[in-house]
Amino acid sequence: MSTTATVLAAATDTGTGEAVTFWVLAPIAVAASLGMVLSRKAVHSALLLASVMICLAIFYLAQDAPFLGVVQVVVYTGAVMMLFLFVLMLVGVDSGDSLVETLRGQRWAAVLAGLGFGALLVLGIGDALVTNAGLEEANSDGNIQGLAALIFSRYLLAFEVTSALLITAALGAMVLAHRERHEARLTQRDLSVERFRGGRHPAPLPSPGVFARHNAVDTPALLPDGSPADSSVSRVLVARGDVRRVPGDSETSSELEVRGDDS
Amino acid sequence: MNYVYLSALLFSIGGAGVLLRRNAIVVFMCVELMLNATNLAFVTFARMQGNLDGQVIAFFVMVVAAAEVVVGLAIIVTIFRTRRSASVDGANLLKY
Repeated sequence: MSTTATVLAAATDTGTGEAVTFWVLAPIAVAASLGMVLSRKAVHSALLLASVMICLAIFYLAQDAPFLGVVQVVVYTGAVMMLFLFVLMLVGVDSGDSLVETLRGQRWAAVLAGLGFGALLVLGIGDALVTNAGLEEANSDGNIQGLAALIFSRYLLAFEVTSALLITAALGAMVLAHRERHEARLTQRDLSVERFRGGRHPAPLPSPGVFARHNAVDTPALLPDGSPADSSVSRVLVARGDVRRVPGDSETSSELEVRGDDS
Repeated sequence: MNYVYLSALLFSIGGAGVLLRRNAIVVFMCVELMLNATNLAFVTFARMQGNLDGQVIAFFVMVVAAAEVVVGLAIIVTIFRTRRSASVDGANLLKY
């Protein structure tokens, strides 16, 4: 218990402004990371992770690490999250998570393991010796100068190995993303034959949108008998559940009345 | 320092996420969250000890994480190309 008191004492001797920053941003970071784990859609997860990373960047700035704060924004929220979103778009935004539990009880076991691990960590930290030396002396020549002096002297070997690592990673990504062409390229004639032989709809699909009341891309076109043509709406919109119903559709016409006003 | 507690909290949330989620990309994001949490701990320790070594190590963690993201996402794209699915349950060729 006394160690907790020491921790609290050490925490309070940071400035008031920093304490306010911490208590405003820490709940945001925790809530965003929880939302990242729990949200169904991968794009939401990516955006919430980006907000966690921005919170962490501000924490770095508050903790006398301006270089790392800027690098966090540039590398993580800039490059890494952009890569994540790029791959998400490549793999398909509609590739949702399956909710089927393949291992029985795995979900509860995972939650329990997470809670237990967190409790272990927090209690372990509570017992640790806490000092707060501050970085004023180390940062006296400037943070970047201090970091550079360390990187190019004590950590020079690690820094050089890092360059090898980056080249290896770039090569590996190129090798993995490269696709060998095993069969001959299909000519236009082959493609045409395949399209008509497949028995699928050979012509372009009907275009969506018959109503100008809202963004009509999400409204299916009407067939001559008045029923909506499902093939006229993008399958991504269908997977997202963003398709509006047509008024002629009797079972869902009330839904359109409700949803038609919001746009 | 409260930062260390926050870091522990974020790390365990990320760990639980790795265990909970199936979509390989989301699992990967949770790994990134864990790496970020350790970075926060490193920066806080650097301040507590009064030298910059922790910040240098956090910097190296960032470099390694960037390289890891590149390779990991390339693997995910390759798996998606052959299996048409990014679920970690889908890849079971080594199972039997």
